[in-house]
Amino acid sequence: MTMNALDRSIPEIAAGVASGELDPVALVSESLSRIAAQSSLNAFLTVSSEPALAAAEAVKRSRANGEALGPLAGVPIAIKDALCTLDAPTTCASKILTRAAKDHVGGSEPSQGFRPPYDATVVARLRAAGAIIVGKTNMDEFAMGSSGENSAFGPPKNPHDPTRTAGGSSGGSAAAVSAGLAPGALGSDTGGSIRQPAALTGCVGVKPSYGRVSRYGLIAFASSLDQVGPFARDVRSAARLLEVISGRDERDSTSSTKPVGAYEKACEASVKGLRIGVPSEYFGEGLDPAVRTSIEQAIAKLESEGVSVRPVALPHTRYGIATYYIVATAEASSNLARFDGVRFGLRVEPARGDLNTMYGKTRDHGFGREVKRRILLGTYVLSAGYYDAYYRKAQRVRTLIRRDFLNAFEEVDLIAAPTSPTPAFKLGEKVDDPMAMYLADIYTLPASLAGIAGLSVPCSPTPKTAERPSLPVGLQLLGPAFAEERLFTVAAAVERLCRP
Amino acid sequence: MAITRETVLHVARLARLQLDTHELEPLQNDLGRFLEYVETLNELDTSSIPETSQVAVEEAPLRPDRVQPGVSTERALAEAPRKAGGGFAVPAFVDE
Repeated sequence: MTMNALDRSIPEIAAGVASGELDPVALVSESLSRIAAQSSLNAFLTVSSEPALAAAEAVKRSRANGEALGPLAGVPIAIKDALCTLDAPTTCASKILTRAAKDHVGGSEPSQGFRPPYDATVVARLRAAGAIIVGKTNMDEFAMGSSGENSAFGPPKNPHDPTRTAGGSSGGSAAAVSAGLAPGALGSDTGGSIRQPAALTGCVGVKPSYGRVSRYGLIAFASSLDQVGPFARDVRSAARLLEVISGRDERDSTSSTKPVGAYEKACEASVKGLRIGVPSEYFGEGLDPAVRTSIEQAIAKLESEGVSVRPVALPHTRYGIATYYIVATAEASSNLARFDGVRFGLRVEPARGDLNTMYGKTRDHGFGREVKRRILLGTYVLSAGYYDAYYRKAQRVRTLIRRDFLNAFEEVDLIAAPTSPTPAFKLGEKVDDPMAMYLADIYTLPASLAGIAGLSVPCSPTPKTAERPSLPVGLQLLGPAFAEERLFTVAAAVERLCRP
Repeated sequence: MAITRETVLHVARLARLQLDTHELEPLQNDLGRFLEYVETLNELDTSSIPETSQVAVEEAPLRPDRVQPGVSTERALAEAPRKAGGGFAVPAFVDE
């Protein structure tokens, strides 16, 4: 095995393992040693060395026995810590899912994180396809954040510049893939939590249409918005991962029965004749000039390949942040009620006190500042007297935002825009200003509210200046619900056209 | 919109968050700023617009009603901070 086999694409790695050219145990060992060597990135909360090596041995034995191997045979994959895993603790980067050592019963692992009684459906599907889970990645607590800085365990760092954010909330998965620690990872996207970190670290990240991927075993943040999706270094690898994790799941009634598309095959299709809309609302004040240049160049390159580029209007874009933070916090305040110190995780039990004191102390001690902020906001907008003015109002504006996209897709096949208004910002830069942090998601929130398909693919990085190094830029592609194949077709072209 | 300290305490009680005194003021400010920001939604007349509470869920088919293995009691209790008599143990409580 050559030293850089782990740097190949996922289809190439799986083919190499199937043919016997690559040894899955060596691949996993290489991934584990890179994770150890790059521990300062803080990309992982748990590294599953022993289960990963055992799973790699099992793939090796299957091949020796002449059994058919799955489409991800021997491929090391990192999993966001919001997804339940049987053989690794699951904490959502929160103290409330991490028990104090004195309370811990049994188990010899160094972390005392929650041990789920089942695998998330997406994790089970990856395992069934032969993937090897190498560890659980760092994130903003309960996926609430855009920089990773709301993790109870410190933020993940951007491999392009460790003083900068890897994005959020799935920053650990993005950092792991960007640094080559694993060729693929899973994240979750509620308002941009896959697309934005992918853009900021130079990876491909996919937010599938709402209902495309099962949410069973994903710790819920905002149930009408949450979707699981893949990160990879290249478009075809992301397509292979999405094909494996997509599809109807009996355990998630919102998962769609629509057939899963041929995403990998779609990467080979021609872009000629496709109509792409460019919304002026995504190129306004606040967009970094170098990001704008990179995005405009990528769109011009697509045009030279025979794509028809035209302006398109998404007039309610400016209401996206207010709408999102009402809807998402309302749903979160309800979803996070389950963390009460009774069935799992942390319990703070005062010597004197009743059940409500235990709830109140446990939740105050266990949740971080941003999570408390959002629970309070969500509780407020749902409370008697304010429900109509805030929650119902936001749900109506959500309809307007959704209609913007439905109208646009009458005229174009896809929308192209920046994923993030800026390249990776400095850690600490926005941490004390929640409103400034919320604005970082301005271009990703509307698609989440509309439930449509989204993807971020790297285009040309920003030039190096006195203030900052060259940093990755992501082009965001948005398509109608369940039009993921079209996203992959165009993303593969962007990847080819923007290759340095 | 200005938010009073009493409102923060009321909402925190609804959310079962027993906040420390030093947490109140920053949260009061953050809530106020946020509610001021979301006032922008009132620029829109939405009186005739239906609400979207869920997207892309056209059907939610029921699974066949058949007996399936579930999580065992032992498994379900494995992560409980306290358990007693095959169940989750909680402090004594009386109706509010």
